[in-house]
Amino acid sequence: MRFLRQNRAGLALIGLGLVFLVLGAGRGEIELVYRKAVNICMECIGLG
Amino acid sequence: MGKKKINHLRTAVQLCTAALTNGYAAGFIQGKIYKGPTKQVCVPGLNCYSCPGALGACPIGSFQAVVTSRDRSFSFYVVGFLLIFGGLLGRFVCGWLCPFGLVQDLVHKIPFPKKWKKLPGDKYLRWLKYLILVGFVILLPLTVLDVVGQGQPWFCKYICPSGTLFGGLPLVSANPALQSALSWLFAWKVGLLVFLLLLSVVVYRPFCRYLCPLGAVYGLFNPVALYRYSIDPAKCTGCTACQKACPLDIPVHKTPNSPECIRCGRCKAACPHGAICTGAAPKKPE
Repeated sequence: MRFLRQNRAGLALIGLGLVFLVLGAGRGEIELVYRKAVNICMECIGLG
Repeated sequence: MGKKKINHLRTAVQLCTAALTNGYAAGFIQGKIYKGPTKQVCVPGLNCYSCPGALGACPIGSFQAVVTSRDRSFSFYVVGFLLIFGGLLGRFVCGWLCPFGLVQDLVHKIPFPKKWKKLPGDKYLRWLKYLILVGFVILLPLTVLDVVGQGQPWFCKYICPSGTLFGGLPLVSANPALQSALSWLFAWKVGLLVFLLLLSVVVYRPFCRYLCPLGAVYGLFNPVALYRYSIDPAKCTGCTACQKACPLDIPVHKTPNSPECIRCGRCKAACPHGAICTGAAPKKPE
């Protein structure tokens, strides 16, 4: 109980993060991230 | 744990994390990048996904990739990762898990006649990272669009030295097709990288302190993250040994959860009274 009380804000943010992950996955963002990450990002390496 | 021991432990963790998140060795030899399913997942640190060895995705690059796509203006997925990493660890990520932080730490070990605790104007310069976060990571990618309505990853393109070091240099040196595409932009990014590395010899972690938007995000989590610091008022005498030991010159006895603190742990090792507590459930109130 003491752990929960002392870490309310941090735990709430982590919970919100989990909700956001699910929401983002539902909106197809995993695919967007994957597509960007498996192709050489010309901007990132200074060529784009 | 003594100062030397904590430094060695931290370097070991940094090296292991860098090797773990950049473990695709074939990429460095072939001048190609990894295309497996782990690339869907964001890593905690500033780790360019165009590094030939990268097994995961950089959160700052991924955020820009989503918001510059045509029908998105926010990334729940990437912000979700940031909330989880930040809520758990805060800027512990910067101190222990970021590969570009490791590089700056190693470069800072190079001897120099007079090391500086901070740059002149440090108080103002540290706000730059928030400007870069708002401007180069969020607003410019969202608002400056080309003829087909597509934005650009401004931070990755014009600033990120991690992308140049871990992505640009290894790929360009191993891939002749990319060498023919070099332009002023590459020269600018290499120049910025060299400048920051030279500055790292004199000042501890200049990129993290003044420019890194990921550090700006995680810093906001420091006061509430599960891993945080607290001061035992019954033990603290205000001797400032913590501030003297801190490479970022933070008065830890006054602000144990400063957004600048990267949780290197040197203050805790240096405190002669054991007044600095760390962890999720501090015994004494802050």
